[in-house]
Amino acid sequence: MEGPELLLEVKGLKTYFFLDEGTVKAVEGADFSLLRGGTLGIVGESGCGKTVTAYSITQLIESPGRIVEGQILFHRRLNGVEGSPATTEVVDLAKLRPGSRSICEIRGSEIAMVFQEPMTALSPVHTIGDQIMEVILLHRKVSKKEAREQTVEMLRHVGIPKSETRLDTYPFQLSGGMRQRAMIAMALMCRPSLLIADEPTTALDVTMQAQILELMKQLQREMGMAVILITHNLGVVAEVCEQVAVMYLGEVVEWADVEALFADPLHPYTQALLRSIPKLGQSKKGRLDPIKGMVPDPYNRPGGCPFHPRCAQMIAGRCDQERPPLVRRPDGRTVRCVLYADS
Amino acid sequence: MLQFILRRLLFIIPTFFVISFVTFIVIQLPPSDYAQTYVSGLLAQGDNIDAQATLKNLRDLYGIGEPAYVQYGKWMWGILTRGDFGMAFEYQQPVSFIIWERIEFTIVITLASLLVSWLIAFPVGIYSAVRQYSLGDYLSTFLAFIGISVPSFLMALVIMYILFKYFNITLGGLFSSQMEKAPWSLAKVVDFLQHTWLAILILGVSSTGGLIRTLRANLLDEMHKPYVITARAKGLPEWKVVIKYPLRLALNPFISGVGFTLPLLVNGSIIISVVMSLPLVGVMLLRSLQSQDMYLAGSLILITSLLTIIGVFLSDMLLAWVDPRIRYQ
Amino acid sequence: MNTAGIIHQTAARTDTEAPIFVAPEWKLVWWKFRKHKVALISGIIIVFIYLVAALVEFLAPFSPTATNSKYLYAPPQPLQFDGGLFVSGYTSTVDKAALRRIFVVDPTQKIQVGFFVKGIPYKWFGVLPSDRHLFGPVDPTQPMYLLGADRLGRDLLSRLIYGTRISMSIGLIGVFFSLLLGIVLGGISGFYGGMVDTLIQRTIELVRSIPQIPLWMGLSAALTFSISPVQTYFAITVILSLLAWPDLARAVRGRFLSLRTEDFVMAARLDGASQWRIIFRHMLPAFYSHIIATLTLTIPSMILAETALSFLGLGLREPVVSWGVLLQDAQDIRSIATAPWLLIPTLAVVIAVLALNFFGDGLRDAADPYAR
Ligand SMILES: Nc1ncnc2c1ncn2[C@@H]1O[C@H](COP(=O)(O)OP(=O)(O)O)[C@@H](O)[C@H]1O
Ligand code: SF4
Ligand SMILES: [Mg+2]
Repeated sequence: MEGPELLLEVKGLKTYFFLDEGTVKAVEGADFSLLRGGTLGIVGESGCGKTVTAYSITQLIESPGRIVEGQILFHRRLNGVEGSPATTEVVDLAKLRPGSRSICEIRGSEIAMVFQEPMTALSPVHTIGDQIMEVILLHRKVSKKEAREQTVEMLRHVGIPKSETRLDTYPFQLSGGMRQRAMIAMALMCRPSLLIADEPTTALDVTMQAQILELMKQLQREMGMAVILITHNLGVVAEVCEQVAVMYLGEVVEWADVEALFADPLHPYTQALLRSIPKLGQSKKGRLDPIKGMVPDPYNRPGGCPFHPRCAQMIAGRCDQERPPLVRRPDGRTVRCVLYADS
Repeated sequence: MLQFILRRLLFIIPTFFVISFVTFIVIQLPPSDYAQTYVSGLLAQGDNIDAQATLKNLRDLYGIGEPAYVQYGKWMWGILTRGDFGMAFEYQQPVSFIIWERIEFTIVITLASLLVSWLIAFPVGIYSAVRQYSLGDYLSTFLAFIGISVPSFLMALVIMYILFKYFNITLGGLFSSQMEKAPWSLAKVVDFLQHTWLAILILGVSSTGGLIRTLRANLLDEMHKPYVITARAKGLPEWKVVIKYPLRLALNPFISGVGFTLPLLVNGSIIISVVMSLPLVGVMLLRSLQSQDMYLAGSLILITSLLTIIGVFLSDMLLAWVDPRIRYQ
Repeated sequence: MNTAGIIHQTAARTDTEAPIFVAPEWKLVWWKFRKHKVALISGIIIVFIYLVAALVEFLAPFSPTATNSKYLYAPPQPLQFDGGLFVSGYTSTVDKAALRRIFVVDPTQKIQVGFFVKGIPYKWFGVLPSDRHLFGPVDPTQPMYLLGADRLGRDLLSRLIYGTRISMSIGLIGVFFSLLLGIVLGGISGFYGGMVDTLIQRTIELVRSIPQIPLWMGLSAALTFSISPVQTYFAITVILSLLAWPDLARAVRGRFLSLRTEDFVMAARLDGASQWRIIFRHMLPAFYSHIIATLTLTIPSMILAETALSFLGLGLREPVVSWGVLLQDAQDIRSIATAPWLLIPTLAVVIAVLALNFFGDGLRDAADPYAR
């Protein structure tokens, strides 16, 4: 393979919800890209549009929501003959109709998802075996028996003991951690090239969180898929991801390699975010630095830079007037802030 | 599961006794009794009889006049040990001789109308939920409300009038006279349906409204649950998603809805049989109440109530069978 | 609300708590309810119907019990206008075969109809004597049957208007009784929990799982055998409420349980608000809207039950007039065929019940903050 290969490019994505009360601009300019096999973290405070971004990628946004602008370029590897170099095709997922056949072919098979709450994300009246097998029966030409065998195998792989019998249990009969493992098994059944995990560990207790993250890292190594990990926990990002996109009020305000971002955060919001996480070695009494103010409600996005009411470096007359441009730095990082616009 | 079944079964037994007790009290309440009604009837017709002697004879014959609890005890004992529900005074026959046929037909008609109401409610409810706020949804909501608000017997009255006036059709009875005694055959079934279709249809339609509303509300609830998004994220086409997941879950309250549909249907069938003069339980119950034929009336009330409760019990079993959350609790 | 407002408020938080405007519960309910056009219209219809029920003596042109052997089964006369309102008179012939009179509306006879005409005397709300009626024939000896006559030549319109009072009030009073039962039992159930709760719950389940009509029939047959009409009226009301309380009890209990744990009540507790203040300011208003909605939905089922019982001859009886009593005349297909207008009370029942159902449903939606 010659050099890193692009898998996903998101350009200027905007997703709005049109409600009676007004328009919620849930995603208002998301730009980032992801390499094949790479790991991207999307971080930001709750409500900043992470989930909506993830749902937009697979066209899972439901009415009254809609992608109004932007491109989601997915570099699909067409199944070449074994051994011969694979050709790729670029699909703009943003252009596909939700529920259309083309997007249904990609969902579950090439782009799979893991959700936050495994209890509610699994149907309570179907066995987990049924729900997992369904994916492979849908996308691959396999018999019921083969599907069952592969499911048992995958369940074992994600660390569910006695998987032959667990197959026939219902979600409520499993513990939280086991349920999430089952979710992950379901997502991986078709060996997707991209796995989107939306806060996969938020609902779990701390030890379980670590185990699940470890499992995901291990599976990623084995299967070579790319992962988008959505979280509001910067620590998780530091541990797992190679790249990170920081979101604020529907915008990706900064996108960079993890090391670069932690070493030298550019955007004032990222800087504030980093200051707010406890560091190893910091004395317990050392005060964390909470970001001043609250996230405004999405009906009333501040004009100009959405962060300006809370930004310490706000330039009056500029930040509150014009929308900061997307600045691409020489090293490839991008940032959306007027402080870097002139360089 | 076993525990669930046992608990439900155990519920039936006290219920049986409570209902039988209440029924009996109710039947005992009127100050007069059948013997009196009978004798005053004879006197009114101008029969020349010794009122006191006849009264005493009748009362002795039927055990009227003993303390109520003795009568209740005897009645219950007869039912539980011999299936003997007492005497139907007016018919001069044991209650158990004359009621079963009527009860069978009442069950058939009730179940048939339950089926009809399901057949209607199912597609309409699904459509209403999947196409929420569409014209069809508004229409079906409106019709559902009409169904809820127009009692079946009024519907029956109006439709019977229309049929009579414009099509010169009169319905009544369960069979045509030559079929009455014939053994069961396809022709007899057809004849039965020809006589009862309107009753079945009206009963079905009148309990459809509630079902449509329930199904719609449940489906709407379920359609926005996270597991539906999971199903979509798997790549299932939308119709398969709806059928396999939300619909499957919305079915549960639908099944448990039998619990309130069945009593409604039985209620309806009782009145409608009077309106449409169908020889079902309703007509007999009304007549027996008017003439204070107490064992007959009591037995009819007791049996219809009990059957309804058994029906609800069966629907509970069905629910446990389709919903693992109940089965494994 | 604008952005600046929020930001300022947020900024101000650090020193003084910014006052937050909270609309009272009933206002929120009203705002949501206003959006339901059908429910709103239904509300107006209901007010109208109860108004009719209140002003029966004034609105009805005749007495509901006044018979007239000359006009048995007289068909409706359409109201006409030629500068003044009038109806045409009848000519009648006797059909020897059917042994009854056949009426033909005779356009040559004009019967003037006027407003505020003199008629049978009555007392406004039982106090103020009067003999004026909203409308009627100017000459009270002339026939006016806008909705036709029944088998005794009584005016169906007047009977329908009188029936409104009985039918609508039975629903209201019945609901009141069952609310009392429901609040007491549901309240006990929700408040004490444990054994008492289980017992009451099982009872509710029992009452709900049996078909009520047979029991109703039994009860009213037993109770109404030899008592006066007024007693019958109350007996029927009590019977209806006896079997309708479980729904209300469930609603009361459910609200009780959920309210005990609801966030704002918790918040009020933590805030140090006293128990009574919590109950009056926070719990009861949220409680009312729900209960009122359930109540509204119980009234129509009571009206229907009364209609059914009276229709079967087991409920109210002449000379009391209710919609169900009126429909008793329409029991068999032969009398409907001779006098189809006897079915008109059906329309009254359906309109009232439909309006109450729509209204209650809108109310319930409005009362539920999480409704979609
Ligand atoms: N179905 C929806 N209807 C209306 N607004 C929505 C919907 N889904 C999300 N939003 C809004 O979009 C914004 C972003 O939400 P989300 O992506 O879920 O945030 P998070 O970053 O916590 O995942 C929120 O303000 C939310 O209110
Ligand atoms: S654009 Fe201005 S307000 Fe926004 S982050 Fe940069 S400096 Fe702060
Ligand atoms: Mg989220």
